[in-house]
Amino acid sequence: MMLLHAAVLLPLLFTIFVPLLYKAFPKLHTGWAVLAVPVVLFVFFVMQIPGQMNGGSAQSAAIPWIPALDISFALVLDGLSLLFALLITGIGALVVLYSISYLSRDKEAIHRFYVYLLLFMGAMLGVVLSDNLIVLYGFWELTSLSSFLLIAFWYKRDRSRYGALKSMLITVAGGFAMLGGFVLLYVMGGTFSIRELVAGLDGFSGDALFVPAMLLVLLGAFTKSAQFPFHIWLPDAMEAPTPVSAYLHSATMVKAGLYLVARMSPVFAGEAVWFWLVSGVGLATLLWGSYCAVRQTDLKAVLAYSTISQLGLIMSLLGIGSAAAHQGMAEDAVAAYAGAIAAALFHLFNHATFKGTLFMVVGIVDHETGTRDLRRLGGLMALMPVTFALALVASFSMAGIPPFNGFLSKEMFFTGALKAAELSLFGVPGWSALFPIIAWAASVFTFIYCMIVVFKTFAGRFKAEALDHKPHEAPLLMLVPPAVLASLVIVVGLFPGLVAGSLIEPALAAVLPAQADAYHVKITMWHGWTTELFMTIGVVAVGIALFLTLRYWQGIYALLPGRLTFNRVYDGLLRVLDRGSLFLTGRYMTGSLRHYLIYIFAFMIGLLGWMMLRLDVLGGGSPVYAELSFYEVVLVAVIVLAALAVPLAASRLTAILLTGAVGYIVSLLFVVLRAPDLALTQLIVETVSVTLFLLCFYHLPKLRKEMAPLPFKLGNALISVGVGLVVTTIALVVSGARKFDSISDFFIAQSYELAGGRNMVNVILVDFRGFDTLLEIMVLGIASLGIYALIKLRLADGEGGERLENK
Amino acid sequence: MKTNDVILQSAAKLVVFVILTFSAYLFLSGHHEPGGGFIGGLMSAAALVLLALAYDLDTIRSVLPVNYRIVTATGLLLAILTGAGSFLFDRPFLSHAFDYFTLPLLGKTELATAVLFDLGVYLAVVGVTMTIILSIGEDR
Repeated sequence: MMLLHAAVLLPLLFTIFVPLLYKAFPKLHTGWAVLAVPVVLFVFFVMQIPGQMNGGSAQSAAIPWIPALDISFALVLDGLSLLFALLITGIGALVVLYSISYLSRDKEAIHRFYVYLLLFMGAMLGVVLSDNLIVLYGFWELTSLSSFLLIAFWYKRDRSRYGALKSMLITVAGGFAMLGGFVLLYVMGGTFSIRELVAGLDGFSGDALFVPAMLLVLLGAFTKSAQFPFHIWLPDAMEAPTPVSAYLHSATMVKAGLYLVARMSPVFAGEAVWFWLVSGVGLATLLWGSYCAVRQTDLKAVLAYSTISQLGLIMSLLGIGSAAAHQGMAEDAVAAYAGAIAAALFHLFNHATFKGTLFMVVGIVDHETGTRDLRRLGGLMALMPVTFALALVASFSMAGIPPFNGFLSKEMFFTGALKAAELSLFGVPGWSALFPIIAWAASVFTFIYCMIVVFKTFAGRFKAEALDHKPHEAPLLMLVPPAVLASLVIVVGLFPGLVAGSLIEPALAAVLPAQADAYHVKITMWHGWTTELFMTIGVVAVGIALFLTLRYWQGIYALLPGRLTFNRVYDGLLRVLDRGSLFLTGRYMTGSLRHYLIYIFAFMIGLLGWMMLRLDVLGGGSPVYAELSFYEVVLVAVIVLAALAVPLAASRLTAILLTGAVGYIVSLLFVVLRAPDLALTQLIVETVSVTLFLLCFYHLPKLRKEMAPLPFKLGNALISVGVGLVVTTIALVVSGARKFDSISDFFIAQSYELAGGRNMVNVILVDFRGFDTLLEIMVLGIASLGIYALIKLRLADGEGGERLENK
Repeated sequence: MKTNDVILQSAAKLVVFVILTFSAYLFLSGHHEPGGGFIGGLMSAAALVLLALAYDLDTIRSVLPVNYRIVTATGLLLAILTGAGSFLFDRPFLSHAFDYFTLPLLGKTELATAVLFDLGVYLAVVGVTMTIILSIGEDR
């Protein structure tokens, strides 16, 4: 079915037309054209619902991409993917509609905005529909990238760039970890396809790499879904335009991590580590996020922490539900834990609806009053009645108050937490008793901040003096998208069966393929006087009491999180990395050539010396040495004396002449060792180089001319002695370890036969190995041109450059 | 204040030809005796340097109006073309050939393509050496 591919690629392809449309129709708000994309996709995915209901089979399509690496552009549409795809396209359509009135065409670069947004939409669809892990990872990083671009949409603000960088660093770090986990899965399972991995699970679930792979994949999911302690990027990402916050940071991107956890559940859920990590981190995020949300004064910050906390809730439910995958549990227990997964999926849907509404409402308030600061807002109820009604519905749903959909999923959450308390599967049963307690405490905080969002903004005294202009109700167009979402909140709350059978159950079947038959999703508003209901009543009672006394106990926030925030850890870590690397680089990159030479030589001594000791080469071999002649002894003695005198010479002139002496004696050595060509060449080249040295010496600057001998440095002496020792040892060892004959016999025998020359050296140079000579004379040519250019081309003083131009 | 180098200049006039002859000998005998393009080239350059010492650079340039960078380029080109010439006979790069010919004046003589290659080396070395020395000498 190539339609799936078209669905994923449509938003990506449409990005090409956005700038064209923007230029071609100067009157039209580009958002209207863009709106068609998510609407078409939404209709397409709605039409897929009947096929997925009642145990319908997943649809799949694959296009080979890199077959040699087992990477194919494979897409699968099952219940879970469909649920996410509907959220992405549905809320995407509403967000595009909302942004038409939120972002003005005249003031904002909306063509860029829609390009990024469509890029994100396509990437997100790719994430939820991909079956191939590598393709999933590619889309995953594309969401990080487009989210980075969207957060920094107002790139002239410092805070936007800071937030964008932070989210980029954290999510990409997690993405890399996830890629590592995927590679490990491939190493174990031999395939990148998720479905094939699930099918072949028995073959590798006991592998030593299994748990590391799981931890790495979880790291990716936790960073993306803003789980504790990686949640810190989400509040800073609120610098993005509000439609972006509503879309990415409440409804879609932050749920990519949840999607990954749900998608990989069939692979990993059997492990106890998975259960404890997912549910534990989820609960920690839930509690910390809801606790922190209460103390925020910025509306969007409240919503950011509330998103973190709700994501933690869903994550913990996914963790609790993973218990259903364990072997040897009673039928009803499996059904109960599967209920936790159903609760997670249901709350995921609900959260997307009410959080999207709330973000849009906050955007309206911001748009109409010019501030999001809770201390300046108040009493907007009479001025903005529709907005108030929408905020009320969404907040009460988030707080878990009937008759809204949040109530239902919160009840199911309590059921799951209570069920988890009974769990004695993995030992330490005492710990699992914490589940309902944390869940309840977090719900109280959730209730408090929900009330803050509604009543601090809309109730109380109207502070006209704090606002720049008199606020009024938002335009109709801006109210439509949150109204649609809020009506979903109510409709789903009253008739949960609408989504339970059509969306949640197929998704549940995808998360728990083996246990799907054991559980059928039944969500009812009234389910008797159960423990969960009493817990909810308690949440409301305690929540109201605490909300009314907020100002008396708010002081604990100054004490408890006070300095203990993870932002400080992040900032400190960046600073330490920054300064640490600067310090380290400053220590060894001194800019002094002397130091670099010391590193190079010390490394050479260390490596070669260590290898010689390791390979134990010193003892082996019995070199055969030739007889030393009298001339050789004398010449070598003179060379040694001359060379030793060079560093001790007081004047540079002496050093130059001594170097020349060494060179001439070397040419004499060539004579003694019967190399006439070398001797001739050495003689002339030495003459030339000594002349050039003298030239340099003559032109030394008169200022601070030092005539003293080199100062003695012990380190340098040690290094030079070390290099000499190592090289000498290697030379001795190598000459004693000749493994095969030299090829010189061939040259001796054939130089006249094949090349017609009796001077073997010359024959080798121009005939046997002529290619080397060719390149060597090229080296000479380049050197001469280099010298010519260095001398003639003096752009700095102007004169030389001019002279060259005049020629 | 210019000194009168008449002895040096007169000697140079003679010695330069001796050196040039010797360098030609070194070059031509390179295939069988010690020598070859490299040393021959250095020797020829030495002769020119002697001229430059005895006279001055302007004299050298008026007597031998040669651009030594072109000499270098010619030498490199000759070496490469000699190597590439073996392609004409469907042989690998730089395959040399030699044979014996009976020439009118010299009698039986060996002619080898390697000498052409060596000539390239010779020219390149002369050009390089003279370029370096003349550009340093002209500085200031």
